[in-house]
Amino acid sequence: MIQFGLSGITHGSVYAIVAIGFNIIYNTTGIINFAQGEFVILGAMIAITLAGVLPLPAAIALAVAATMLLGGLLELVFIRPVRHAPVLRLIVITIGLSILMREGMLHVWDEKVRALPVFTGTDTSTVTIAGAHISTQALWVLGACGVIVAALTLFFRRTTTGRAMRACADDRMAARLCGIPERWMVTLSFVLSAGIGALAGCVISPITQTQYDMGSSLAIKGFTVAVLGGLGNSMAAVAAGLLLGLLEVFTISQLPVAYEEAVSIVVLLLVLVCRPTGLFARPAAGAARAA
Amino acid sequence: MLRIRNLEAGYGPLRVLKGVSLHISPGEVVAIIGANGAGKTTLLKTIAGILAPQAGSIALDGAEIAAVAAERIVARGCALVPEGRHVFGNMTIRENLILGGYACRRRGAKCPSIHEGLEAVYGLFPILRERCGQLAGTLSGGQQQMLAIGRALMSQPRLLMMDEPSLGVAPLVVRDLYAAVAALKQRGMTILLVEQNARAALAVADRGYVIETGQVVLEGQSWELADNPEVRRAYLGKEYSRVDEDNNHGSNRAV
Repeated sequence: MIQFGLSGITHGSVYAIVAIGFNIIYNTTGIINFAQGEFVILGAMIAITLAGVLPLPAAIALAVAATMLLGGLLELVFIRPVRHAPVLRLIVITIGLSILMREGMLHVWDEKVRALPVFTGTDTSTVTIAGAHISTQALWVLGACGVIVAALTLFFRRTTTGRAMRACADDRMAARLCGIPERWMVTLSFVLSAGIGALAGCVISPITQTQYDMGSSLAIKGFTVAVLGGLGNSMAAVAAGLLLGLLEVFTISQLPVAYEEAVSIVVLLLVLVCRPTGLFARPAAGAARAA
Repeated sequence: MLRIRNLEAGYGPLRVLKGVSLHISPGEVVAIIGANGAGKTTLLKTIAGILAPQAGSIALDGAEIAAVAAERIVARGCALVPEGRHVFGNMTIRENLILGGYACRRRGAKCPSIHEGLEAVYGLFPILRERCGQLAGTLSGGQQQMLAIGRALMSQPRLLMMDEPSLGVAPLVVRDLYAAVAALKQRGMTILLVEQNARAALAVADRGYVIETGQVVLEGQSWELADNPEVRRAYLGKEYSRVDEDNNHGSNRAV
């Protein structure tokens, strides 16, 4: 039982990281970036290639940096020129970008399934917690999720740039009247999301392996988690991610493995129909409505 | 300090401002009064760079700012307190004020520290100091208006524009707000004030403009405007219009 739980939490924290990537862009622009899953795979692919010639930490750092750069460039080239278009059109553009990136990755890295080596120990090294075995790589995944959440919280709460991004999310006109360059905040949100996605791709690669077309399934799960937690709410995304991860492992412990993919779709549909604001409606929004 | 010539602006094909010209000298408080929909808010939004002008020129200290982005206009020392306050509701009062200083931080040297800026704002509105850790969304309308003014002041503007600061604010608090405006005037701040509440605006202003359907129809010293029968009838409250209608049986139409 605990064994399943740990596995669920590991997968769930990856979904949470992908969901946080969705939320950052959603908050500053109102766009759902459907290329988020491709950022995850691209980060892992670049790291795998670089790991052939560089030490692993350097390869990962470079891969994250390169993906961030690409995220920023994609925003400048494809989103900024049409930023006054309706949000729906921008979302369709991100779908186009995801296809473009997927085909690009197929061209560069072909269909082969690849993986980064585990970060520490060997493929089989485990740590025993309360009688259950957890691989050291899973601990890396959990740690990365924790560090990302903590770093982002600090960034958004304590730094002027982070606050400026929140201001853009809250009230775009007022943010501009404060002198905040709102267009660059949008670019920054793509850079941040791409970087977070790439980092997620790297830590999960030794466990799930990496193939050019795995992004869309990750994107659906990340999107499910983002919606489940309430779009834009990164803290709730962590809780929702763990919830979905646990739900998945318990489903496949009872049903054939093929149902794993169906779980997130079912959850997504249920949430969209029954509770589209997410499980944890934001307290501030609730207070405003009550007042 | 600010000189506007033949400004035309609006939304898409809709032209709201039809050739507005006005000027503000350093240290002056200028009121713009007019009815709902006359174009007052459009005028301020266009000066602040939120709306792009369709024609005409806006010069701030002699430099053309008609094509400059909003975030750069703040950095040049022209701040707008928007209609409806637009505070960041999910952030604390302190965070709102710190963000108000964003433009100033980018400008560099001339700028006092965030701490000094905060102290100046808290001095003007002591209630904001008391509540500095609260979320701005929990404040009353009047307090949010104080915060919005404080946030604009944090950018250390040379020209402060205010759009309907008394709108939706309790009468007692309107008095406090205008006391703050008077205090700012005393310190030599140049202020452009837009109001439907003409009485309060003309009481503090040096000069005023009356705008109707996108055009300046009247300008003059505040006392001249306050004495003008048309202004009194149209903008200075019910009692005047009632008297007027009684005398004329409603046959005289406004300008």
